[in-house]
Amino acid sequence: MSDLLIFSVLFATFAVLSGATAGGPHGSELFDLSFVLTETMLLLISSVTFGMAMLAMHAGQRNKVLGWMAVTFLFGAGFIAMEIYEFHHLIAEGAGPQRSAYLSAFFTLVGTHGLHVTSGLIWMVVMMDMIRRYGLDPVVRRRMACLSLFWHFLDLVWICVFTFVYLMGAL
Amino acid sequence: MAQHSSTAAGDHGAHASSHGSVKSYIVGFVLCIVLTALSFGVAMTGILTGFAAVASLVVLCVLQLLVQLVFFLHMGTSPEQRENLSSFVFTVLIIAIIVGGSAWVLHNMNANMMPM
Repeated sequence: MSDLLIFSVLFATFAVLSGATAGGPHGSELFDLSFVLTETMLLLISSVTFGMAMLAMHAGQRNKVLGWMAVTFLFGAGFIAMEIYEFHHLIAEGAGPQRSAYLSAFFTLVGTHGLHVTSGLIWMVVMMDMIRRYGLDPVVRRRMACLSLFWHFLDLVWICVFTFVYLMGAL
Repeated sequence: MAQHSSTAAGDHGAHASSHGSVKSYIVGFVLCIVLTALSFGVAMTGILTGFAAVASLVVLCVLQLLVQLVFFLHMGTSPEQRENLSSFVFTVLIIAIIVGGSAWVLHNMNANMMPM
């Protein structure tokens, strides 16, 4: 819930500052949409594979859960790798967060989402270790349900990010 | 935590039907791909312009959010989901006030600002 508020405030900030480019580049000159489409697909697939892990958990299949979580982790890590590459590319082009208020808002919003995905990945590694040690006991199930909620939530936020930041920015 | 986990184990049986199935995930996944492709199509091909493009992107975004809520997060109108649904609707209201309100207020301030 507090995460939702963080993101809604960041979206509001971005909406307010989206015109304030201070003579710097705007989204339409910066974003490579096919790159963003690949990122979107990685995150969407990771959301589905995590759903598969949850189904395997409810069926009590421990090894399947671990397998699906490993797949989810790989897709999530791929997403983060692409995002880091994109940020590095933008900063190298001189379009870093210090260039304009618009880019500050962009890096804050997308960067916060990236940090959330990263912490989701760390959480996932921890849960995989817990499953390996303790099996699918009630505590693990409870924590997995929370992680599932968190992971799907990040995908929801990303839908808003790619619609309002990238696609609207490219119009 | 111990208390939490015992309630989780206790009400697990009641929620067993709301965990979805492989089929529901696949259906959700396909719908999301279609909606994502449409969104990117609108932006990349420039088929629509101006207000029509913005409006269609917003509609596609909301549709995809709903698809994910229903198929991935299993939100529904069944009695055991009623509480989740009402807290979700309340959250949406708060977010709409924060985001819409900020944009509105600051747009007005910007419009009324003395030219520098």
